[in-house]
Amino acid sequence: MKIRTLALATAAGVALATALPVAASAQDAIYVPLFTYRTGAFAGSGIPIANGMSDYLNMLNERDGGIGGVKLLIEECETGYDTKKGVECYEQVKGKNPVITSPYSTGITLQLIPKAAVDKIPMLSMAYGLSASADGNIFPWIFNPPATYWDGASVFIKHVADKEGGLDKLKGKKIGLIHLDAPFGKEPITLLEKLAKDYGFELKLYPVAAAEMQNQSALWLGVRRDRPDWIYLQGWGAMNPTAVKEAAKVNFPMEKLVGVWWAGGDDDARAGADQAKGYKSLSFHAAGAEFPVIKDIQKFVVEKGKSQVDKAKVGENLYNRGVYNSMLIAEAIRNAQKITGKKAVTGEDVRRGMESLEISEARLKELGMEGFAAPVKISCSDHNGHHKVYVASWDGQKWTKGSDWMEPMKDKVRPLLEEAAKDYADKNAGWPKRTEACDKAS
Amino acid sequence: MFYRETGQYKTTYAADMAVFPILQDRIALGLMLLAVAVGVPLFAMLFPATGNYFLQVIMIPFLIFALAAIGLNILTGYTGLMSLGSGAFMGVGAFACYKLTTIFPDVPIVIWVVVSGVFSCLVGVLFGLPSLRIKGFYLAVATLAAQFFLQWCFVRIPWLFNYNASGAIEVPERTLFGLAVTGANATPLARYFVVLAVVAGMTWVASNLIHGRIGRSWMAVRDMDIAAQLMGIQLLPAKLLAFAVSSFYCGVAGAMMVFFWYATGAEPEVFSIRQSFFVLSMIIIGGLGSLVGSFFGAALIYIMPIVLGAIANWSGAPISAATIEHLRVMLTGALIIFFLIVEPHGLARLWQIAKQKLRIWPFPY
Repeated sequence: MKIRTLALATAAGVALATALPVAASAQDAIYVPLFTYRTGAFAGSGIPIANGMSDYLNMLNERDGGIGGVKLLIEECETGYDTKKGVECYEQVKGKNPVITSPYSTGITLQLIPKAAVDKIPMLSMAYGLSASADGNIFPWIFNPPATYWDGASVFIKHVADKEGGLDKLKGKKIGLIHLDAPFGKEPITLLEKLAKDYGFELKLYPVAAAEMQNQSALWLGVRRDRPDWIYLQGWGAMNPTAVKEAAKVNFPMEKLVGVWWAGGDDDARAGADQAKGYKSLSFHAAGAEFPVIKDIQKFVVEKGKSQVDKAKVGENLYNRGVYNSMLIAEAIRNAQKITGKKAVTGEDVRRGMESLEISEARLKELGMEGFAAPVKISCSDHNGHHKVYVASWDGQKWTKGSDWMEPMKDKVRPLLEEAAKDYADKNAGWPKRTEACDKAS
Repeated sequence: MFYRETGQYKTTYAADMAVFPILQDRIALGLMLLAVAVGVPLFAMLFPATGNYFLQVIMIPFLIFALAAIGLNILTGYTGLMSLGSGAFMGVGAFACYKLTTIFPDVPIVIWVVVSGVFSCLVGVLFGLPSLRIKGFYLAVATLAAQFFLQWCFVRIPWLFNYNASGAIEVPERTLFGLAVTGANATPLARYFVVLAVVAGMTWVASNLIHGRIGRSWMAVRDMDIAAQLMGIQLLPAKLLAFAVSSFYCGVAGAMMVFFWYATGAEPEVFSIRQSFFVLSMIIIGGLGSLVGSFFGAALIYIMPIVLGAIANWSGAPISAATIEHLRVMLTGALIIFFLIVEPHGLARLWQIAKQKLRIWPFPY
């Protein structure tokens, strides 16, 4: 009896709760939900990203009145980096005709990959999620530009080769991989193993269990014993500052510790204090506030008090990553409007917009992002693009550019990736064949 | 006034010993089953948008967590053995079901869901072996070892997830009577019916186990194991059986969670220690040693935060998503403490008191 009344009460509550916002989202607005995590164990990384994402879209609303004259309806849904809540968020936004989702968690991404095609909502998992989903022939609804983890690992090896004096000098070197012992962390292993075979270096693995993220002393004892020449850090959250701190403690040469782009938070590096100077991290966008686009965000959003961001933190590395993420969303919507001629585009239109997206140098300049990021080009078969990445280096205060933009080893990455995508489709019997037509690039 | 057994004479021992001796209770139970089996689906069909959200976000996970809570309650509530490994046992069920259905894709998925419980059951018995020698906190630590060991297996043994590049379970599409019940194409309604049938059936089995000889022997062990031994209850078989049945329930719940709730896939992180605590808090709030308490606990711990969030959203107050989340966590915590202060024996005891009061209502005695 009690359960029944409870169920009815919740049903009524939920009915009202879901019915109202649907009515509120008027016809001539584009609904962009943002899955963010400002709470929970990963909030430290989640907050700057969430701020960057919503500030850029808000800026478009304030400055240009939306995209193509259509206001954006921006709504954050708090996931706490928890898959359970992510699913709840997805169900919540699904009914309101979102044009794209960006789940910002590998767990939630994996969940939503099969659903995207069924619900006709494209998904942008920007440089995270499933590397294999870059194969547009098998995953027409999933996009993961600008680079996969495999591209990242290959750029790391290229960087090592640069510093050591050529790819042939890699022979006999020891390269360590410190990674989170979870699907995300294990991602680069496949590629690094292949490269180890090709170039003759030795790969040492140092897994970090999720529960041990902040307790890595045993691992670093192993590092002292093995004395790897270079270390690649595939970590997230509290794992990164701990690794930087430990590296400083054992006097590992900082300039030989390179993190993936998710290990490049300002707070990650700051943890090592002065000793972290020289720590490196891959990146696909610049840090800093001196770009016109960031200036506009400051002018139209931050200074008007329409943002949750701490003013001093505008332009930090992860904040800019949020901006970059939203820029991709906005450009895809704009492109969709151009292709279809419609103002209020749908998820299906944005999928097409994303698929024929091309952001040239000139376009970047128009966006106020000259030098902020490398040009992006996505095609029907290649939903990633394998774009250029550079190595950022920490100068003790902020991230600076530590290398030129480097092309990933696409010839090594792409075959592995297509194989993985095919494997995914084979294992998931009944995986739908691509039926979506391919648009010409605009 | 309405809830009174006056005039209901029992003429057989069976009637006297029935689980629901009062006619009104039986009617209420029947009505409730009717509501969840007919009313809820009807509602979902009439209002598909809201209905599907209701099924997917509230009913399906609520039923699955209630089943897991029943499983843990059998061990902790009825037999008095503390366990922190329920998340891992759920994981064993999920991974077993995944392996089984990928090796034998033609067997109906529901059969594999139930069979996967058997695997979880075997693992549970293995980790239950120390329970004869250790009790209380020490046993909790032993089950904690199970939690960490099994979680390590889920991440480290690629065979378990079929060497998927994602390192996670990827749920393939399976049909039942020609209708998709797993995968992205399965409607929430189809999945709801499967979950409801399994949970209702297994709750009925649990109720019979608990009210019979086996359940009584568990409770005897819980209340005082030496006395139970003196009465002729063999401790090891009784405790191991509790571990077996408990893990079986958790395993089935875990398999259903991945196949019928998430329905598309799940990473091993889902079965972390947090899941164990989640289920444990359900039975503590709901009531240790009570089946109905398992449902109450699942409702309070799982549904209440969602309802609170929905109310906050609906009120239209200009609060950010993060603030709502913080409020939700704080309010949930406060309510848990409130309920535990009002009734340390959980919601099930409150429910019992309410029924007792109702029997003599409107008179105080």
